[in-house]
Amino acid sequence: MIEFRNVTKTFKVGKNEVAAVKNVSLQIDKGDIYGIIGFSGAGKSTLLRLVNMLERPTNGTVHIQGTDVGKLPAKKLRTQRQNIGMIFQNFNLFQSRTVAGNIAYPLKLAGISKAKIQSRVNELLQFVGLEDKAKHYPEQLSGGQKQRVGIARALASSPDILICDEATSALDPNTTADILRLLKKVNSDLGITILLITHEMGVIQSICNKVAIMENGEVIEKGRVFDTFTDPQHETTQRFIQSVQQDLPSEQVLKEWTESGGGTLYRILFKGDSAIDPILSTTARKYDIDFNIVYGSVRELEERLFGNLIISFIGDSDKTNQVIQELEKIVDIKEVYASWQ
Amino acid sequence: MAVDWSTFWPRILEATGETLIMVIATLIFGSIFGIVIGLLLFVTRENNILENKVVFQLLNFLINIIRPIPFIIFLVAISQLTRLVMGTTIGTAAAIFPMTIVASFTIARVVENNLVSIDPGVIEAAKAMGASPLRIIFTVLIPEALGPLILGLTFVSIALIDFSAVAGTVGGGGLGHIAMTYGYQRFDASVMIVTVLILIVMVQIAQWLGNTISKKIMRR
Repeated sequence: MIEFRNVTKTFKVGKNEVAAVKNVSLQIDKGDIYGIIGFSGAGKSTLLRLVNMLERPTNGTVHIQGTDVGKLPAKKLRTQRQNIGMIFQNFNLFQSRTVAGNIAYPLKLAGISKAKIQSRVNELLQFVGLEDKAKHYPEQLSGGQKQRVGIARALASSPDILICDEATSALDPNTTADILRLLKKVNSDLGITILLITHEMGVIQSICNKVAIMENGEVIEKGRVFDTFTDPQHETTQRFIQSVQQDLPSEQVLKEWTESGGGTLYRILFKGDSAIDPILSTTARKYDIDFNIVYGSVRELEERLFGNLIISFIGDSDKTNQVIQELEKIVDIKEVYASWQ
Repeated sequence: MAVDWSTFWPRILEATGETLIMVIATLIFGSIFGIVIGLLLFVTRENNILENKVVFQLLNFLINIIRPIPFIIFLVAISQLTRLVMGTTIGTAAAIFPMTIVASFTIARVVENNLVSIDPGVIEAAKAMGASPLRIIFTVLIPEALGPLILGLTFVSIALIDFSAVAGTVGGGGLGHIAMTYGYQRFDASVMIVTVLILIVMVQIAQWLGNTISKKIMRR
């Protein structure tokens, strides 16, 4: 659907050349909700703008449905852009137009008749849940409502692709969740491929199926969201994941645990099906030992379960080792060392 | 020397009419040229929709040399050009020419300033939707800047009342001419007071009109 091939984008800052995007290759498939995450200045915003040629690549090419968009002449590029809806962190609504006027704008660009525009606008207002706001001006709306208008406007010309530039970063947590639900609906009900950039791992976790992590203009890790969350490779990726899920108790709690004579702690990761099977209790029962869950979580990623438990075993140490050996065959189990040990 | 008011009132009326014609005609022509120049200045800026260094520098240079010249000096300085274009350097029509030039460049700057205050994100959004540069000018830039633009034009039209008076002193006709010949050269304070009052009323009406229209557009 969208393919970046060895894309580099450099900007001139004074006399220096700064590379915002360095040799990025990515493939976004039809139906994906593909998230690109990075800290500010990582180059993700520039990368997103290469999709609709708001920025042009210095090197490399961007292909949409097989077409090299960088090679399109101006007029064809404008037609191509009508097939790529875009929403923004600050909504970028036309202040001089009503909600209905904003949504009608791309339809007027496409040269659609007045009557058809009217019915399409109503349809879109209903889709985003703003039927009663058609005649309001953007300044009369809340942030969440503005972004709904932004989404309706981006969807007006029935695009195949929606690109989102930090679409929820200016919104409070509740509104963010609403907008993310709406984006999910855009993807599942309308079959629109979504490419989004964010600095919030929570956004990736709740709606994306694939993720790329960017740092200093480069993609340092990419893959399915489930795999990336359950087995992050890069240090920056781990930092992002820790921002939404703390996988270990705090140092303070670990210290107290050891000082109060608590036994060795083990960390067990359950992925997918193993999160549902009662592996832990069956194995422990088999060797007749007890276990104590000290800390942990089970969460859903890409509609699969992922568990992270910190446990200690109570009982004979030989038997404990046997249990661990048995568990190792099925799940990921590691001894937990606190940093002071 | 006392003034014969019975013959004087018609003269005042005529002069008021001349001033109005100068101001309104200048405002119309000045707005047309000024908006075009201001838009060109904005869209040819660096990183804008029709970036063009040569056009931008040229326009910017022109504005910067014309605007600082005091109007009365400019008026005299271009009198040869005025004669060439208008056929005369005396009278209301002749005054409109230099006034239009100055108004155009002043309005151009006002327009540019208003356009700069438009959120660049809105322009980017229109671009992302597939709008052409010309389309962006007419359907985004102008409507988005219109409210403050009307206030800017009001400001300019009040300055034009001032300019018309200056033009009046060097043969341009209008209230300036009357104030000058009767009030200044004949030391007749009563005529001066009448013209000043009329000018004040004009300015008030212009400002009220501008505020009302822009309020309607900006809905505030």
